[in-house]
Formats: sequence, structure tokens, C-alpha cells
Amino acid sequence: MPGARGLRLIERHARFYRRMWLVVASGAAEPLFYLASVGIGIGALIGTVAWDGHQVPYREFVAPGLLAVSALNGALNDSTFNVYGRLKFEKLYDSVLATPLGARDVAASEIGWAVLRGLLYSVPFLVVMAALGLIASPWALLALPGAALVSFATAAAGVALTTYMKSWQDFEYVMLVSVPLFLFSGTFYPLSVYPHVIGVIVEWTPLYQGVVILRDLVLGAPSWDLLWRAAYLVVVGLIGLGVAGRRIAKLLLV
Amino acid sequence: MTPAQNPRGDRNRPARTALAPLPGRWDLSVRAFRCWLVMYRRTWRSSIWSSVFGPLFYLGAMGYGLGSLVDRHGTAPLGGVPYPVFVAPAVLAVQAMNSGLSNAMFPVFGGIHWNKIYIAARATMLRPADIYRGHLLFITMRITMNSACFVVVMAAFGLIRSWWAVLLLPASVLLGVAFAAPSAAWAVTLRVQTPMSYVFRFGSVPLMLFSGTFFPVSQLPGWLRPIAYATPLWHGAALCRSLSLGTVTAGSAAIHIGYLAAMAAVGLWLGNRSYYRKLYV
Repeated sequence: MPGARGLRLIERHARFYRRMWLVVASGAAEPLFYLASVGIGIGALIGTVAWDGHQVPYREFVAPGLLAVSALNGALNDSTFNVYGRLKFEKLYDSVLATPLGARDVAASEIGWAVLRGLLYSVPFLVVMAALGLIASPWALLALPGAALVSFATAAAGVALTTYMKSWQDFEYVMLVSVPLFLFSGTFYPLSVYPHVIGVIVEWTPLYQGVVILRDLVLGAPSWDLLWRAAYLVVVGLIGLGVAGRRIAKLLLV
Repeated sequence: MTPAQNPRGDRNRPARTALAPLPGRWDLSVRAFRCWLVMYRRTWRSSIWSSVFGPLFYLGAMGYGLGSLVDRHGTAPLGGVPYPVFVAPAVLAVQAMNSGLSNAMFPVFGGIHWNKIYIAARATMLRPADIYRGHLLFITMRITMNSACFVVVMAAFGLIRSWWAVLLLPASVLLGVAFAAPSAAWAVTLRVQTPMSYVFRFGSVPLMLFSGTFFPVSQLPGWLRPIAYATPLWHGAALCRSLSLGTVTAGSAAIHIGYLAAMAAVGLWLGNRSYYRKLYV
């Protein structure tokens, strides 16, 4: 199976990060802080939000959005900054390519590792949501693969775009994309807040699709629509995967 | 040489008048500052996104997006002002804190471990305190620039309610320096970079979220309120908000300013010591 050898590289990362697991794990705290602040503090100022024809408490509304953000953040950090460091400074892939692994294995395993890291952030978040009683339906079990899908689309796009980066300064553009995605993709408020045109643009962002999938599952109103939205994320991920493999091969002159 | 030339009358000691005097301490600090300025002139474009657009995104999403939901529910807990007016001065305070922290942590650490600009400066006549003050001058300039941009945007969107707001700029710069001075003092002593990530994750993010910025401290559970009132960001945000809304009183302003000025002064004292220990040759 193509990319299966990449498991070796994932194993390498797991061994490497074992020494600094605390740094990695502490990244899970940020979305929880947001949940406490926005969900509970600002939630008390907002009360309820109209969703799917009825009113839900704001903290229940915002929690699945922040779950999607935790999946996005976990995957994004690893697939951009760390991949760039390994590519340009550690020369990790140069040595990897001297083994039976190929450029496509590298792309697949980097994306796989970033998805694992996304899960490392979204699983504790989901557990805390359950503990706080913010989960309304057993469909929420499917939120875990949903979060993994958000991580996959993010990571694949992240690795693909990172191969085009020329210097650390270019990473300001990562912030330029990820901060507005985080703030404006329907995470904190329904699309009805926006003028119609902006709403249509926001609907095309991958994070918005992820937020809708997770919100519908957690609040217990899944529909067949979700399959289309999931398919969109899969396509984004597969395109990223293909581009990343080709670009890494080109950069490393395979 | 005749003994008469020597003012102390010591025959064996040569006169020192031949040496040019050392430049004054501010001269040397300004030299260190100008080095940062030269670098900034080459790289300012990439920093504009995080420093100018970042706070604007937060103002748009929190102030207007979330604010439309808050205002629908009633603004009594906010003191009766619309949510964007309530949150804008706090976003100003948060970005001043973040400008101070982010300019005083990784660049300071990098000055010793990455681009080694401090090591290079140490080889010149600059003393550790000059390196520290010069860098702080540059950080102060960056905080001032970012805050000024944001205050102009606040005014343009009609989020300012009082003429006291002309003092928003010095207030937010004081807040930023109060964070920057001790942070640089600490960052220069580090051997590895990970503790700085912890400061952002467990320091600045919770401060930003719970210090009466996006919602009044009265919404917090009772046992958390004294902690929130003790944080420097709460003092900075409360000061900025009182200036922007025109609710400022002499007593509260004196407490806020005193707190932040004391923090900056302690930071400066610590910085002089820690830079000396790390960089004195």
C-alpha cells in the first residue's frame, strides 16, 4: 500500500517527541481556556442562540466550534512550522530518502502525524465537553472521526503550502489565514450574523464545513448533508496530499 | 611628563586626559536601539499582519460578530454600552500586552542563542545595561506603533466615547512596557526556549480571556474575581476602558497607573541585573 512505509517516520516522530511530551500535550489547554471564557463568561451575556429552528444555550453552541478549532490548530502547527524546520534546517527528509521510504511516504506520514497531533488536542476537548454536559446526543461519538477529518484536511493543505514557503517570514501568512479562519468560520456565532455575500464566502472555507459537521453531530441533528460536507473535506485533504508528495519529491530532487 | 600635570599629584601614575571620554549612557542605549531599527526596516512588512491585522480581526469577530448576539440579549452587565464599545479598549490592552511579550521574549532569547546579536553587541563598548535599554526602547517603539494604529481604528469606527481617549496611547504603552521589561529580564537568562511557550499558553492566553476583557469580571465565579483583579492586564484593560468611555476617576486611575509603573520599574531593575550577569565580560 502506498505510504504504508511512512509509519516508520511516524514512529520516529513519536520517539522524538516523547522527551518533550509536556510541550505537545499542553497545547490542548488553549481551546479549553477558550471554552471556559467564551462559553461560560460571554455565554452568560448572550443567553441562547437560534440553531436549527430552536434556541440552544450559547455554550452548547460554541463548544463544537471550538472542538473543530482544536483539531485545526493541532494539525496546523505541526504541518507548517515543524515540517518547514525538518525540510530546511534539520534536513530530516534528505536522510529519510536515503532509506526505502519515498517522497510520497514522507508526505503521507507527515500528514498522518499531524492528524494524530490534532486528535491529541480534540480527544481531551471532547472528554471535557462530555464532563460539562455539553453533548446532547450519542451521535457525538462520530465527532471524533469528524475532528480527525478536519485535522486531515488542515494538515494536507498545511504540508502542501509549506513546501512553497521560502523563509520564516512567510509563516506570517499562515497566521493571516488561520486567525481569520478561527474567528470568522461560524465558530463563535451563526452565519446569520453576516451580510449574505460574506456568508456565502465563509461557507466555502474548510473550517466552516468542519464546524457544521461537528455541531450537527454533537447537538444531535445529523442529516445526509453532512456526507457532502465530509466529502468536501476529503477532497481538500486528497488534493493536499497529492500536491505535498509531488512538491517534496521536486524539492529534494528525487 | 611632569608631576604637576597629574591632578592627584601621584608621580608614578600617568595622566588620563589623553583618552576620549566614554559616550553617556543614553548615547550608548540609542546605539543599541538603532541596530534594532536597521533590522526592522528590512523586515517590517512581515510583522504588519500579526501586529496590525490580528487585533482588527479580533475586534471584528468579537466586537461586531459576537457583539450582535450580546447586544440582542441586553447590555446591562456591560454598563449599558454596546458590546463593540465595551470590548475595543480591552482589545487595545490585549494587543499592547502581546506586542510587549512577543517582542521581549523570542527576540531576546534569539539575541543570545539564534542570531546572537547580544553576543555581537557585547564585543563593542556597549555595556549590558545599554543592550537592555536599547532593546526596550525598540520594543516601546513597536508597542507605540501598534497601539497608535488600533486607537485610530477605534476612533474611525466611533468606538470612543470621551476626550480622555487621547490618553489611551500612553496608557497602553505603559501596559506593554510593564509586560516587556520583566519578560526580557527573564528571557535573557533562559537556556532553552520551551519555558517561553508555557508563558504564552498558560500566561498570556488565560490573561487575555479572563481579565475582564471580553466580559466583565463580575461574570466570573466569586473565588476567581480577586485573582482577576490582581492581574496586570485587568489594570491595563480597566484603565483603557475608563479612558475610552470617559468614566475615569482620579483614584482608580492612580491605582492602575501605580501598579503598572511599579511593575515596569521592578522589571527594569531585574533586567539591569540579569543582563549584567549574563552579558558582562
